[in-house]
Amino acid sequence: MQHGKYRFIVGFLALPLGLYALFVVWPFIQSIYYSFTDWTGLSPEFKMVGLDNYRRMLDDEIFWKSLQHSLIFAVVLPLVTISLALFFAFMINVGGRRRRGGPVISGVRGSSFYKIVYFFPQVLSIAIVALLFAFAYNPDSGAINSILRGVGLDSVQPLWLGDPDLALWAVMAVLVWSTVGFFVVLFSAGMASIPADLYEAALLDGANRSTTFFRITLPLLWDTVQSGWVYMGILALGAESFAVVQIMTTGPGGPDYSTTVMVLYVYQKAFRDGQAAYATTIGVALLVVTLAFAALVMRLGRRERLEF
Amino acid sequence: MGSTSAEYNGTGGVGRRDLIKRSAALGLISVPTMSFLSACASSGGDGGGEKAKAGKKTAKNPLGVNETAGMEFVLFDGGFGKEYAEDAVKIYEKNFPEAKVKFSATQKIQSTLQPRFNQGTPPDLIDNSGAEQMDMGVLVGKNQLADLTPLLDAPSYDDPAKKVRDTLRPGIVEMGQFDGDPFWIMYYAYTVYGVWYSQKALDSLDEQYPETWDQMLAVCEKAKKKGMAGWTYAGKYPYYLPFSLYPMIAKVGGREVLDSIDNLEPNAWKHPAVKTCFEAYYELQQKGYVLKGTPGLDHIQSQTAWAQGKALFIPNGSWVENESANVIPKDFGLAVSAPTGIDSSDKMPFGTIWASGGEPFVVPAKAKNGTGGMEQLRIMLSEASSKNFTSKVKSLTAYNGGTDGITLTPGLKSGVAALDKAGENVVNPRIQDWYVQLQKEQIGVSGLGEMMAGRLTPAEAIKKIQGFADAAAKDTSIKHYKHQ
Repeated sequence: MQHGKYRFIVGFLALPLGLYALFVVWPFIQSIYYSFTDWTGLSPEFKMVGLDNYRRMLDDEIFWKSLQHSLIFAVVLPLVTISLALFFAFMINVGGRRRRGGPVISGVRGSSFYKIVYFFPQVLSIAIVALLFAFAYNPDSGAINSILRGVGLDSVQPLWLGDPDLALWAVMAVLVWSTVGFFVVLFSAGMASIPADLYEAALLDGANRSTTFFRITLPLLWDTVQSGWVYMGILALGAESFAVVQIMTTGPGGPDYSTTVMVLYVYQKAFRDGQAAYATTIGVALLVVTLAFAALVMRLGRRERLEF
Repeated sequence: MGSTSAEYNGTGGVGRRDLIKRSAALGLISVPTMSFLSACASSGGDGGGEKAKAGKKTAKNPLGVNETAGMEFVLFDGGFGKEYAEDAVKIYEKNFPEAKVKFSATQKIQSTLQPRFNQGTPPDLIDNSGAEQMDMGVLVGKNQLADLTPLLDAPSYDDPAKKVRDTLRPGIVEMGQFDGDPFWIMYYAYTVYGVWYSQKALDSLDEQYPETWDQMLAVCEKAKKKGMAGWTYAGKYPYYLPFSLYPMIAKVGGREVLDSIDNLEPNAWKHPAVKTCFEAYYELQQKGYVLKGTPGLDHIQSQTAWAQGKALFIPNGSWVENESANVIPKDFGLAVSAPTGIDSSDKMPFGTIWASGGEPFVVPAKAKNGTGGMEQLRIMLSEASSKNFTSKVKSLTAYNGGTDGITLTPGLKSGVAALDKAGENVVNPRIQDWYVQLQKEQIGVSGLGEMMAGRLTPAEAIKKIQGFADAAAKDTSIKHYKHQ
């Protein structure tokens, strides 16, 4: 029966692998190749320049700033988003008070409604979310400062996106707002698959909410949390951070480069400054950072798998 | 990614966790935006078809356009729309009935045309404008643009005795050059930069537009008492500030100061005139004459606040009339003025203004029918086409004149008056088109923006900006230019 097995496997894999090689692997190799040239992106002519782009990158103050901001994004954003999402998901699914005649494990009152509310931002395109918040942050007539004025805080009127100390955090808050719902739903699904008898046993032993969370929910949810962490970190390093920074703090990346992130810098160098080769160099750096991030999270998060 | 997958001894099917892990892997792969970048260059090569053969030069066809060759024209579809160009294309088609003209308008200039430059098959005429403008310095440096000198030296469309060159407004020819004589870019629109205000608001304060800085401060103080800010500007894009600040520097210290700034000369920014003007603007901020929250506003938001009467003055360009048309009240009395100077000891008279070309048209060096592209430009620079443009989009063109007999909108009228008053005293700082990143991000956002937000003193801002300028002068990855 074994005969023809490999031919069978190869036959199935050839096409997807071929497509993968053509559209994923090949552009990667090309990009790395272009990072050793002086290609402008506006002319077919270029020549090899060796490590010049890399040398230039190491001396580039804005590159270091963008790297620093990207790292803040990759660390803080998953931390905040996932903590919040875990808390919400726990309250929605497990954290409720026990009601007479109801199921043993339930969420707080109105939990199905909250689930929709949390998930709602997820259906909006990130571009729309960014635009909406750009208006809300308007220091003159925006919603946030208007509310502050409304509750009598006339003296507290931050410039938000116009203040280099606040801009990065203001931008990050928007990403938290827009992505937390996805993780609430993801973790809810994970919690639903945790057997209820574990909770029952804990309750019988007199465990309170936080004990239940840290001793039962979190350990059993660990794989999901870890994957979510990597996923969120990659979003934060890549597309999402680009969208919010590009749209909300438009142009150069915030006052005094306070929100420049690596993807934005790649974009600016390639499409504004006509320095495509240098852009690919930063892209390679971004690739290294992203891979290192994923590897680090996987390594740190490694632990025994629990079977249930 | 593989660090945990080894532990997975699947019991069949793809679990949720794996799905997420795989999607994470996918995300990881799609992160570097660079991958699609490189897709453009690979198809390089000499590419391109043969160039169209030259036609016969006649009085009606002085450039010698091949009458049967096709012509392709790609326009930036922005604030000026595309109607004016379509009208001009119709004239081309009428003059060369056998030629097939392919006209298209897009906002995505770079994403549409970059691959075609890389393949060596660009169109014959491009309006290289908008947010996706291709870097002119790079295009010139890589020999991607055709020299338009034949167009400048061709007889003008209306008067065969006059060259096209002689029908243009001041500054247009210099702006189209980079180094030496070749003329690369034909700026078709003509923008007046300066301080924009509402005549009605000034009248309500019983004031005239201030000519000296003491008067300016007095007007702002009066406005403040009435609950109105003196100034606002595009806080997120502080590179709008130079529209009035640079001509002010020229007025105070003379043209040479701006030239040395453009030339990236050492200590150019340390000139006393620069310091005086920076301090004057900083005083506006310190005295609370700038609309609260301005550093967090973008251009549209600040223009709206200004149009609503929350602030008196805004530094801007003549496109503001079209751009803010829906928020400017009918009785606003839109007007522009040359910037206020310091006092009578200024080197240049009141009226010194920044005006220069906008809407850059280029003919690619590898275009098949570049002569056709130039002929199209010659048609657009006729008096009739120019008038058509001005009446349709409320902006002047590079064609000198062409405003007689058409009703000018208030802003346009005041722009024409300001140009008349300026006479010879029109300045044209080139730093804006020579060194985009330096001008916008470094001088604009990190220097002026921080100073006007009150986070840097003028002395600190000057030191910082001089540092940026010195770094740009040393940077070998950008091409450097000098005033001739």
